[in-house]
Amino acid sequence: MDYTLSEWIEQAGEESLAHAACRCQAEESGTSEQMVREAMLRNLLDMESAVKEGLKPDLRSVSGLTGGQASRLYTRFAKGDSLSGGLLGRAITYALATAECNACMGRIVAAPTAGSCGILPGLLLSYKEENNTSQEALVDALLVASAIGISIATQATISGAEGGCQAECGAAAAMAAGALCALEGGNNEMCMHAAAFALMNMLGLVCDPVEGLVEVPCVFRNVGACGIAVTAADMVLSGIRCPLEPDEVILAMKDVGEALPLALRETGDGGCAACRTVHRL
Amino acid sequence: MDLFDIVGPVMIGPSSSHTAGAARIGLAARWILGERVVEAHIGFHGSFARTHQGHGTDRAILSGLMGMAIDDPRMRDGIRLAQESGMKVETHAVQLRGAHPNTVQLELIGENGHTLQMEAASIGGGNIRITRLDGLDVDFTGEENTVIIHHQDIPGTIAVVSTIMARDRLNIGTMQVYRRKAGGDAVMILELDAEPALETLKGIEGQRGIVSVQFLRKRGV
Repeated sequence: MDYTLSEWIEQAGEESLAHAACRCQAEESGTSEQMVREAMLRNLLDMESAVKEGLKPDLRSVSGLTGGQASRLYTRFAKGDSLSGGLLGRAITYALATAECNACMGRIVAAPTAGSCGILPGLLLSYKEENNTSQEALVDALLVASAIGISIATQATISGAEGGCQAECGAAAAMAAGALCALEGGNNEMCMHAAAFALMNMLGLVCDPVEGLVEVPCVFRNVGACGIAVTAADMVLSGIRCPLEPDEVILAMKDVGEALPLALRETGDGGCAACRTVHRL
Repeated sequence: MDLFDIVGPVMIGPSSSHTAGAARIGLAARWILGERVVEAHIGFHGSFARTHQGHGTDRAILSGLMGMAIDDPRMRDGIRLAQESGMKVETHAVQLRGAHPNTVQLELIGENGHTLQMEAASIGGGNIRITRLDGLDVDFTGEENTVIIHHQDIPGTIAVVSTIMARDRLNIGTMQVYRRKAGGDAVMILELDAEPALETLKGIEGQRGIVSVQFLRKRGV
């Protein structure tokens, strides 16, 4: 099931992308669609637990670079002061919570990687609370996100060491944009266009972890990528189509990744990693 | 690749390659050794050597060696728990020519005196590749039901093994054979579509020229 985005659309035909992904997974792994959905639901519940863990104010990473900051965003959001507003304001809070839970050796769901694990749950769990969405619809959204992720991983890469942050947080933003589009009733093609817009707007982002750790800038980039994903979905839902073929945007990401110097691909040498002043919490 | 390679695995952070992959390597080594680990010498190569402490790579490998899954929260206390279990642990940096940047070299001793030398790489997204086993180059992932057979390189050994597999209706998906030199130490790596019964493995172990048989269960690591 290493399908490109256009192959997924072909596979799905008249069915929803979520259903096509579920059917293909069940066929390939020799299980039932019901079991695939149950496994995806467990991922969703694990995502909720990670948010809860990450919101604790006293959380600290081993290095002391990150931890406990999501609770600040939460306080501001809860007071109604969030500039980002309802869906995005809550999403960035949950995204940072998940990413900090990860940085502090908590239990998370890679989506698609550990370093980019905050974006998809941040947006989906915020959407759920804002709209009182059913678990079934959220499982569908995760299935859509996974299908898009497969297209990116197999045509390009989801590894920061190979393609920079655009491959990790970029892929996560693309997956989340497609998932949000599906939740809002967008058709299969619109989901792919939303993914393409998100990836397009993340192109070129480097992987430059300070001290080589999945902390700075990683946890904050999870926050930023939520904005990219929501705006991509909004564009498509308003009727704007990505002027580029979505699969070609994935190939462009691959090319950009290969053109990145090694210092900007998870070696901890360039970009933010080269900054000399690092403040600890 | 499937959906759960993208959304998943559920794991202890912070890094799918430096933490989850490292824990999987430890776990694979634990099952291949086949008994509780009492002594572990761990060599870190490349990126592993540089950032293993901040990423919890050392705790992750030790947790795996103690049989913990990649989402076991006890991983955070992996070093202390290994100490408490009485495991003797030594870590060092190694330089391995041509190896993947996230490679670890393990030398293990088990409670019944069995030993294992293994090199494995964490190749991204929590996936691993085992590249060397007891001095022989190998290449497998542990994602399938994997049978590892150390044997002498004598004629008919492969036939004996495949005959037993056929008798017990086990389909061999892939098979690799490596040897040090003609007639010398050799290892067979078989990936099976189904899980073999204990009797099947014991049956192979009793054959002429077979030194040892180990089994890695699908989704066991």
